[in-house]
Amino acid sequence: MKVYADNAATTKMSPTAISAMVTAMETTYGNPSSLYTIGQEAAEALQAARETVAKCLGCEAREITFTSGGSEADNQAIVSAAMLGQRRGKKHIISTAFEHHAVLHTLDKLKKQGFEVELLDVHETGLITPEQVAAAIRPDTCLVTIMYANNEIGTIEPIAEIGAVCKEKGVLFHTDAVQAAGHLHINVKEQNIDMLSLSGHKFHGPKGVGVLYARRGIMLTNIIEGGAQERGKRAGTENVPGIVAMAAALKEACDNIDANAAKVTALRDRLIDGLSKIPHCALNGDRVRRLPGNVNFCFEGIEGESLLLLLDQKGISASSGSACTSGSLDPSHVLLAIGRVHDVAHGSLRLSLCEENTEEEVDYILQAVPEVVQYLRNMSPVWRDLMEGKRQFIL
Amino acid sequence: MALYSEKVMDHFLHPRNVGVIADADGVGEVGNAKCGDIMKIYLKFDENQNVQDVKFETFGCGSAIASSSMATEMIMGKPLSQVLELTNKAVTEALDGLPAHKLHCSVLAEEAIKAAVKDYYDKNGIEYDPAMFAQLEDCENCDIH
Repeated sequence: MKVYADNAATTKMSPTAISAMVTAMETTYGNPSSLYTIGQEAAEALQAARETVAKCLGCEAREITFTSGGSEADNQAIVSAAMLGQRRGKKHIISTAFEHHAVLHTLDKLKKQGFEVELLDVHETGLITPEQVAAAIRPDTCLVTIMYANNEIGTIEPIAEIGAVCKEKGVLFHTDAVQAAGHLHINVKEQNIDMLSLSGHKFHGPKGVGVLYARRGIMLTNIIEGGAQERGKRAGTENVPGIVAMAAALKEACDNIDANAAKVTALRDRLIDGLSKIPHCALNGDRVRRLPGNVNFCFEGIEGESLLLLLDQKGISASSGSACTSGSLDPSHVLLAIGRVHDVAHGSLRLSLCEENTEEEVDYILQAVPEVVQYLRNMSPVWRDLMEGKRQFIL
Repeated sequence: MALYSEKVMDHFLHPRNVGVIADADGVGEVGNAKCGDIMKIYLKFDENQNVQDVKFETFGCGSAIASSSMATEMIMGKPLSQVLELTNKAVTEALDGLPAHKLHCSVLAEEAIKAAVKDYYDKNGIEYDPAMFAQLEDCENCDIH
């Protein structure tokens, strides 16, 4: 059986998105900046996509900037807010310890430019509170950037409440909604969001295309200089087929958001309940306030990469926060942020489901994972030490 | 292109010499759980100091398991002098290469075997030049990526 359970990494494009993309490639292939009919048809397709996306987010079309993806949108949002802050002498930024690297590395860059970055504790649950944000905001705070839902452990942050705190204190609020868009309801006005990033390929749209929503009046700083596309804020000929397909995918996801969430949540809970039976394991992140499709466990005594390779042999695609899968020395910064020690963080497994997964697939995973975990534990000196009492169980 | 060579996958999926030797002459363990790799080697010698049996246990990634497996296969039946000559380079070559950031796995295999030999020397009061095992003193493998 082949089971794709890495939908947080990327998703398979939906037939709707593919069809929209093919149509755009075949018919609206012009350059939207060209004045002749074929070019203007492309411009119209682009505008229609912008309106579709705006409707899904509860904002105006002119507040949408198309980017190359979530990372670019995060970069631009943060840099823009920082530049606005700097002009008014405000150089304090609040974020969390478990943001995506697109956010954290941009903040690192700003630190080198004299900004002060404060990363809030996300606790064992992977949740922060609006009170933490309120307590951290200072007169010189220029930006609060907190993800809507975490990409590894799926925890959902109280975005609307955090947005309200920021609004009250007059601080810009950006949220990286890459994992949330198309899966959780978004209304930027109701949720007090000033800026939001999303990525097309996380909801069955194409890769290489994303969105930056910026509330009207927020002056964006260009990351890419050149032509006057995207109201002069993002140069480069627009990826019309990608943008059109992303808009179609987002609309489809938003139209079916409740039905999909109900179905995927049931699959997720079945998976969590089943995997919880494996001895000495732990679910990472809050059980309730988590994305419908996210399952993330640590298994003591084993290492994640070997787990993934063996699951791949059984046809299951998943991911891990182990150092070996990241190519760095340290395991996932997200797992460390929620207090998992290195020893167990290396043994993590993320399974991320979508509405195309089935109960049969979940049951197949539930058969495969315990087998593979036991197989690896049987050759692990760490597991032997744990079993022989020479080492204390952490989980 | 696949992440690993066919040889690596073969040794990872069908590891040779997994297990423990209850009455091992030497046991070596290197790495630590914090780094995500631990290798443990059990050595048993015959009366002529040839490797009569070798077993391994590994906590680690696919290349760590494959490196351990390959290393045990390479020293099985070999005289002690040759066991000490096993290098991480030889293990890597026998596996048809490892990705650059996985080379430390082969280093761990070499070190685990050396640690087992050192344990054998220590247990049997055999004198040796401590410089031979100098690299085992620190967690050097962590820096090799």
